[in-house]
Amino acid sequence: MSKVTRHNEEHPLDAYLRVDRLPHIWCPGCGLGLILNCFLRGLLKSGLALDKVAVVSGIGCAGRAAGYIKLDSFHTTHGRAIPFATGLKLANPELKVVVFSGDGDLVAIGGNHLIHAARRNIDMTVLCANNFNYGMTGGQLGPTTPLTARTTTSRMGNIDMPFNIPYLVAASGAVYVARWTTAQVRRLEKTITEALLKKGFSLVEVISPCPTYYGRMNNQATGLGQMKYYRDSSITKQGISPKYADIEFNGQIVVGKFVDIERS
Amino acid sequence: MSRRGHLVGEFFMTGDEACAEGAINAGCRFFAGYPITPATEIAERMSERLPEVGGIYIQMEDELASMAAILGASWGGVKAMTATSGPGFSLMMENIGLGVMSETPCVVVNIQRAGPSTGLPTLTGQGDMMQARWGSHGCYSIIALSPNSPQELYDLTIRAFNLSERYRIPVLVMSEAATGHMYEKVVMPPVSEIEITPRRKPTVSPEEYLPFKPDSDLVPPMANAGEGYRFHVTGLTHDERGYPAMTVEAQDKLIRRLVDKIERNRDEIIELEEDGIDGAEVVVCSYGISARVSLIAIERAREEGIRVGLLRLITVWPFPEDRIRGISRQVKAFIVPEINYGQVALEVERCAGGRAKTILVSHMGGRVHNPESILDAIKQAVK
Repeated sequence: MSKVTRHNEEHPLDAYLRVDRLPHIWCPGCGLGLILNCFLRGLLKSGLALDKVAVVSGIGCAGRAAGYIKLDSFHTTHGRAIPFATGLKLANPELKVVVFSGDGDLVAIGGNHLIHAARRNIDMTVLCANNFNYGMTGGQLGPTTPLTARTTTSRMGNIDMPFNIPYLVAASGAVYVARWTTAQVRRLEKTITEALLKKGFSLVEVISPCPTYYGRMNNQATGLGQMKYYRDSSITKQGISPKYADIEFNGQIVVGKFVDIERS
Repeated sequence: MSRRGHLVGEFFMTGDEACAEGAINAGCRFFAGYPITPATEIAERMSERLPEVGGIYIQMEDELASMAAILGASWGGVKAMTATSGPGFSLMMENIGLGVMSETPCVVVNIQRAGPSTGLPTLTGQGDMMQARWGSHGCYSIIALSPNSPQELYDLTIRAFNLSERYRIPVLVMSEAATGHMYEKVVMPPVSEIEITPRRKPTVSPEEYLPFKPDSDLVPPMANAGEGYRFHVTGLTHDERGYPAMTVEAQDKLIRRLVDKIERNRDEIIELEEDGIDGAEVVVCSYGISARVSLIAIERAREEGIRVGLLRLITVWPFPEDRIRGISRQVKAFIVPEINYGQVALEVERCAGGRAKTILVSHMGGRVHNPESILDAIKQAVK
């Protein structure tokens, strides 16, 4: 691996990162760095005791997040971050358990665990980075790929309806559900703080660029291009039913906080 | 409901129930499971008993989740167990591998039924013995114990917890429907008389702690989440810091250690029951319920003047290679009754190395052996 010169020796979040593991593996233009940044800032604002915060990831690009965070962190098997986190939380209720993973990991192979954790209202926060495809394996169709979008396994366009993640977890019983894109970092950071402090099952979906694969195959070949698209096409609709929180292929993305309720 | 706490005394119960009580007396305080015949009674018992001792029972959505949850619970600092049977055992395989790779103490009970696939769900089998050894992908060693009675399901579940903490590995209790559903007397001593292996904790500061740096016995001390060590755990090949290390060298170092920490400590792990092996012409080598059924055949053979010994594998994995090699120099044959078409028999044959014959007495499952079939094999061997 080539040496990377860092222009500033110190980054404000260095104390919370495993700096000896940098540079990270994520591609130029990828949104995961932004999400990690927002997560750490949101976490610090929450005032939670960091020795009592554990981060659990599954497999995939987003699954690597746990390994960069200087907290108790677990990089588990594909799809199983949530049940692992469930055991961890129940064994030690003092812990704040955060699942940081991707859409393929959480909603396809791990989809059953996602809805059951929401149903049980397990006290954890799930950060779901959604880049509309499987990036780690080279850009295949996922459960969130928009209708008609092209991927390496849907060359002629996706024919399957994607999951609306907020609607899915809200219907399953989640008490806090929000969606932002990586173009809304301030709101994302604030939302993460709120989600972390919310008792019960909270989920924050973050629409995130993957210029290397998804973007390249769908007329958004750069991270900047995808960010511009998010900025121009995001429509904030706070408090609406997530049923109406649509994502259209290269069209509007409904963002906001959709669910913030109390239940046992 | 009255809170019974730890049970002490003599009880008449099934193997499944005894297994649950053994877990509780070993200090297990977390059970994640999914109903499956013939292991369901363990989950039922745990759901009732764990709250009585301050523990947690959770019924997961499937066995993939059950296995993942006990790994998480173990890292949360609690002794954790799941119990299942064939199809569920198959679903647990990937996360058993994560348990091996991340060196996570936990116990997995498999009350075997006849397979493959749905097979004979309510009837006995021993067809998962090789799956126990090799079922998760990649190269690793594992510990598997095989009880022959409800009493031993109690005793060996305790031992399984101790071995899992001692060696930081998922330990498999490989029983079968015939034993899990058998009612028998089970004696439970006071908890103060039960030897419990505590988790080996780090003795250095968080700054100095390397979570996968082993002690001289190849087992690393283990910090729990929330104790301030801020460690990383991954199923990827990793170095002593726990960081992913995608090199041939790191893979070589890690996998050799994971295997060697079990194989080099065989003497401490392997437990055998032996009877009449000195001077025997033939030795019956078996495990679990099949070893118990063999006792009838052995008794009859001895009445007919045949010098026959018993080698019962209480520990099946790691395999007692040295002992079988030694015996193979003194006997004509090993008789291996097992409720499958030859699994452990292959290991016996390998270790016998042609010095003694290996005669498999197979049974495809659904019932235990007819002792006559074992007796016939003994007679054939000494002809």
